[in-house]
Amino acid sequence: MPQLPVSFAEPSQDGTLILNMGPQHPSTHGVLRVVLEIEGETIVRLRPEIGYLHTGIEKTCEAKFYQQVVPLTDRIDYLAPMTNNLCYCLAVEKLLGLEIPAKAQWMRVLMNELTRINSHLVWLGTHAMDLGAVTVFLYCFREREDVLRLFEMVSGQRMMSSYFRIGGLALEPPLGFFERVKKFADRFSGKVDEYEGLLTGNPIFMMRTKGIAYLSMEDAIALGATGPTLRGSGVDIDLRRDAPYSGYEHFKFNVPVRSEGDVFARYLCRVQELRESIGMVQQALAGMPEGPIKADAPKVVLPDREKMKTQMEALIYHFKIITEGFAVPAGEVYQAIESPRGEMGYYVVSDGTAKPYRVHMRAPSYANLQTLAKMCEGQLIADVVAAIGSIDVILGDIDR
Amino acid sequence: MPLIPAITDIEALKSHPALASLLGWNARMVQAAKFDRDELTIWVEKDGIREACAILRDAGDCPFNYLCDVTCVDWYPSEPRFEVVYHLLSIPGKERVRLKTRLDGSSAALESVTSVWPAANFYEREVFDLFGVRFTGHPYLQRLMMPDDWEGHPLRKDYPVEGYR
Repeated sequence: MPQLPVSFAEPSQDGTLILNMGPQHPSTHGVLRVVLEIEGETIVRLRPEIGYLHTGIEKTCEAKFYQQVVPLTDRIDYLAPMTNNLCYCLAVEKLLGLEIPAKAQWMRVLMNELTRINSHLVWLGTHAMDLGAVTVFLYCFREREDVLRLFEMVSGQRMMSSYFRIGGLALEPPLGFFERVKKFADRFSGKVDEYEGLLTGNPIFMMRTKGIAYLSMEDAIALGATGPTLRGSGVDIDLRRDAPYSGYEHFKFNVPVRSEGDVFARYLCRVQELRESIGMVQQALAGMPEGPIKADAPKVVLPDREKMKTQMEALIYHFKIITEGFAVPAGEVYQAIESPRGEMGYYVVSDGTAKPYRVHMRAPSYANLQTLAKMCEGQLIADVVAAIGSIDVILGDIDR
Repeated sequence: MPLIPAITDIEALKSHPALASLLGWNARMVQAAKFDRDELTIWVEKDGIREACAILRDAGDCPFNYLCDVTCVDWYPSEPRFEVVYHLLSIPGKERVRLKTRLDGSSAALESVTSVWPAANFYEREVFDLFGVRFTGHPYLQRLMMPDDWEGHPLRKDYPVEGYR
């Protein structure tokens, strides 16, 4: 997070102008600061400066028990809290060699696809608003509210849900939850048509997005782009299909890929993903298995409240897990999953104690941000806003 | 899904495309290998890391063309203290591999892989910022997360969690 240049705009030696965009610019979706070197309206060089939201979560994790890290992970990518929870839980479960019951896995998929819808709705609304279409923002947040209510229903929290636990889920989904999800899912496809009706064929939107911020397939791979940014450049990769986790192998879905590599291609990929996600939510509802929601591992998974009151053993395990945590066999794991923004990876190193020796998050927004310079150099200033929107940056994810 | 003991015998792991390419390039640069929890880790000599990455990126049938992540683990107080960790993904082959390099605390520097993947730029800056490991040949090795005038490297194990007071 270097401090220069200091002023808002100042001339450089070779006649260009250095312009600071952010960290308080509304289109930077948080506290992203972009230093632009411009000549007239054309960008000569672009440098993203990050770190304004750095909270040292990786360091904090090292001082917590394994189960205490779960609520920290929500705060990283705050638009996809359950995806973070899932990635961390899967990593620790892999370290432990823990088997998760089918119902918990399907619930995890269901919640993750709802999270993807939630995240994409915020992206779509803010992206369109950056480009001048304020109506879409209001429409998207209307539906997002429904998803947040569903989150509140299962976990008691709208955003920082922390619903997953190492070994399963925190709670049984409440009565009437699946009916509410079904109602939402049935209604939602029509809503996507509504957004598309406002944007996809809209000449102003197309002029602002088609052919803008082009990223070739070679550059996308070399610069480490991921998720819809990579798929918008023609690379057919989706970890849900290519390296299935948490029961994704039981779901049928298409992976939208576009070869144009511009803002519009990335937009189309994400909008199509909204439709695929709703399909997966419906599949999860239809095929939801019965059974326990927690793994049978008393030393790792907290016992039910009821058992604690009647069984001595359950009470002892509960006390031990809360006060001393549980030891995880030494080793290391890199667990990657497909978050709404791309490959999210948790690298967890255990030294055999009850606290992680090292937790590192491979953040998808962080990877995508590096492509911004390539997309924007030689383009106009006004297109930077479109480019930032199209890679869907979340600063909590970038700065950690 | 009980834990299976790790395989650490290089001979037994030869069939993995990443290890095969590295052994075919220069067997002396490969220090050790481990297959644990379905993940392959290869320890590479510090001097050969950039070349090893380039070899893997261009490997014929299963090119590890995508750099997922670069990070570091501090094993203070034991020596060699740092382990720089590279996670690579082969998009066509759908394989993953983890490369590791050990570094002494007194001379924590190694060659940058930004010439192989420009994506390494941010990751290496972050490792430099938070661990104090230097990358030679990096185009812009400045602090990334912490302010420029920050003292110390927060993710080192001898740096207190609450910071210096």
